Amino acid sequence: MIYIDEEFCKGCRICSEFCPTGVLGVSTTLNSKGYYPPVVEQAYECHGCRLCELLCPEFAIFIVNEWLDEQAG
Amino acid sequence: MLKGLIDPEFFEAFTSGEADESQHLPVYGTRDPLLGLCPSEVEEESGPAHHRLLRYLRKEVLPTTFCVGCGGGTVLNTFAHAIDEMHIDPREIVCVTGIGCSSWIPSPYFLCDTLHTTHGRAIAFACGVKVMRPDMKVIIIAGDGDLAGIGGNHLIHAARRNLDLSVFLVNNFIYGMTGGQVSPTTPFGTRTTTTPYLNLEHPFKIADVVAAAGGSYVARWTTYHVFQLMESMQNAINKKGFSFVEIISQCPVSYGKMTGTSDPVTLLKQLRDASIHVDDTDGMSEEDLEGKFVVGKLVERQRAEFGDGLRQLISERRESISAELDRGLRQDTSALETGR
Amino acid sequence: MNRPAENIELTDLYLAGLAEQEHFIQGDEAAALGAIFAGCTFFGGYPITPASEIAEVMARELPNVGGYYVQFEDELASISAVIGAAWAGARAMTATSGPGFSLMQENIGYACMTETPCVIINVQRSGPSTGQATLPAQGDVMQARWGTHGDHEIIALAPSSAQEAFDLVIRCFNLAEEYRTPVILLMDGEIGHLRERVILPDPRTVEQTQRRKAREGEDVFGGAIVPPMTEFGDGGFVHVTGSTHKEDGLRDVQTQSVHDRLVRRLVAKIEQAREEIALVDVDSEEGAEVGVLAYGATARPAKGAVLRARSEGRSVSFCRPVTIWPFPISRIQEASRGLRQLLVPEMNLGQLAREVERFVDCEVVPLSKIGGVVHSSQEIHAAIVEATDSC
Repeated sequence: MIYIDEEFCKGCRICSEFCPTGVLGVSTTLNSKGYYPPVVEQAYECHGCRLCELLCPEFAIFIVNEWLDEQAG
Repeated sequence: MLKGLIDPEFFEAFTSGEADESQHLPVYGTRDPLLGLCPSEVEEESGPAHHRLLRYLRKEVLPTTFCVGCGGGTVLNTFAHAIDEMHIDPREIVCVTGIGCSSWIPSPYFLCDTLHTTHGRAIAFACGVKVMRPDMKVIIIAGDGDLAGIGGNHLIHAARRNLDLSVFLVNNFIYGMTGGQVSPTTPFGTRTTTTPYLNLEHPFKIADVVAAAGGSYVARWTTYHVFQLMESMQNAINKKGFSFVEIISQCPVSYGKMTGTSDPVTLLKQLRDASIHVDDTDGMSEEDLEGKFVVGKLVERQRAEFGDGLRQLISERRESISAELDRGLRQDTSALETGR
Repeated sequence: MNRPAENIELTDLYLAGLAEQEHFIQGDEAAALGAIFAGCTFFGGYPITPASEIAEVMARELPNVGGYYVQFEDELASISAVIGAAWAGARAMTATSGPGFSLMQENIGYACMTETPCVIINVQRSGPSTGQATLPAQGDVMQARWGTHGDHEIIALAPSSAQEAFDLVIRCFNLAEEYRTPVILLMDGEIGHLRERVILPDPRTVEQTQRRKAREGEDVFGGAIVPPMTEFGDGGFVHVTGSTHKEDGLRDVQTQSVHDRLVRRLVAKIEQAREEIALVDVDSEEGAEVGVLAYGATARPAKGAVLRARSEGRSVSFCRPVTIWPFPISRIQEASRGLRQLLVPEMNLGQLAREVERFVDCEVVPLSKIGGVVHSSQEIHAAIVEATDSC
């Protein structure tokens, strides 16, 4: 599960640019602060690597990998 | 505003080939990872759900004041992940910082005892804290101007002294908070606001300086290498003795504007592309490494820790005094007076 | 964890042993022993003439009582570590002289702003700059008051004997805890290196003001004029900053009212205690028209000159402020009542005389002497004779 906290996002695009599988794109609508937050474009490509979660300077995107946890667990 | 975006049922259907790909529309999250409630319930009870690591942050000061794409936020994020993975109680952490953008990484954002000191003195303040509280993790996060510039003397002497501190130096090559002046780590030939033609000084390779000064654990990573950085932070915190991680970071606004691009993505790609792992540098000359960032663990060594030494000394003195008192041999203690 | 508070019994026995002995020691050594008796648990220092003996005695004695001595790379680090240690639970001290005191000024301001209890001994030497490194002076009176930038109040005490150096250091520690502020022992090189008999008390009779700890939910940087403290590791997630902060410690550097409230309280907490902090040794004479006001080393020849003048039948008052800052206004005014002239001998070009002048009705005559030589009793006596003859 990819969670995006749009109001924390400052639109730096690091998450979408560095996603190894191209899951994320950039929204066409502004958040309340005037930034373009990321959107999930190809959810099924997400491997849950959490690179976006760690790279984000604003705690605005994070992964909860329930399904994989269940499979593992 | 919180959206949970992969429905597990859809994921299962997709992986089994039964899903209609055009239907993978956002599905609002099933439960908040922190509170275990559905977002709708959460919003009713405590506002919107947030990142699970927000419990390590002072929420009243969020979102951060960092500029768009600042590496400082990534360091804070990675640090919070490192602490979370290590299961350290934040009540056992003291973060000590100086003055500058990078000093704002833990102060005020990270929720622990925080000592936000004067410019350059973070390590010196931290020495006092650690000597008195050896049971606490004392972590210094500050910038290149603070720790390598005005506080450079404290840095090398703390490495020499080998007190059990963890120093994370966020090196963005610039005095960012004051608007982009040349710093002790600014590369030769770079334009900044106070070297408007070019920088005529040679930069410190600050991690190498600390390694030479005697640091017990010294590593260098960039804000691109978040997983390696997280592990390195954990190693530094666990290491008994003075540990130091140089974190090369992007400053899109103050550094980027003078050096060609303010785009954080381009800057981060530059950091990635200029990095070379220390294990891959065998046989490379200094010229080959020009403009490269040698990342990885540079030094790990075992040396007697200063705080342990102090406590050992105290216990020996106390034992000897106790023994002397027991023996009643305290009639002539003038030796103590003139013992110098 | 080896906290120095452990095994107080052994410490008391050891100090009682010290107290039983004869001590013919320098003011510096007496001040250091005073710190040990006051329960000092952390000393951060850097060698400097004429204060090095303090560091030497602390290095020798602190381990004996379970305290920590660390010599740092400079005075900047020394005062920094002292403040850090104070927030980690220490009764902390450093000692220096003029050049080092100058280096410490920024962080003395930090200690004022963050309300950190700590003690700084300044054994004054002749300046400015390196000056006469081995010779005494009283040139840091105004630096102690105004050395750090911005509005603030400070506490400074000046001893006139080795015994008083011992006694006043204990008072410095207690004032620091009571008012949560840095306190300066403004010694001079003459007292620092003066060797005298010093009597140490029974350690169990030495008063030690305990730090007032905040209860849960209590503000650490406001709420009361002297707020209670939360130390590191208490679980209070205390945020300590030298920036302007709100009552909870978090920065607010933009709001005028927040800064105004904070700085006015920091000033007021010392200001309102001026009378309580004031220690003045007054020896007035009925009907005297001439008085002498002196402090530190200068008070010794001054007192000698006064006694000699009295033996010649001259009526002279004497007054020795032990508390220099906050300036003991009403006590000095009282001591100078009825005088026509007040002589103020000091080893600078009239630093405290100027402050005295602001508050007394009589004429203030500075008897300045610089160059590293203490006033002789004869010099001050001659000035008294001249003044009494002209009055």
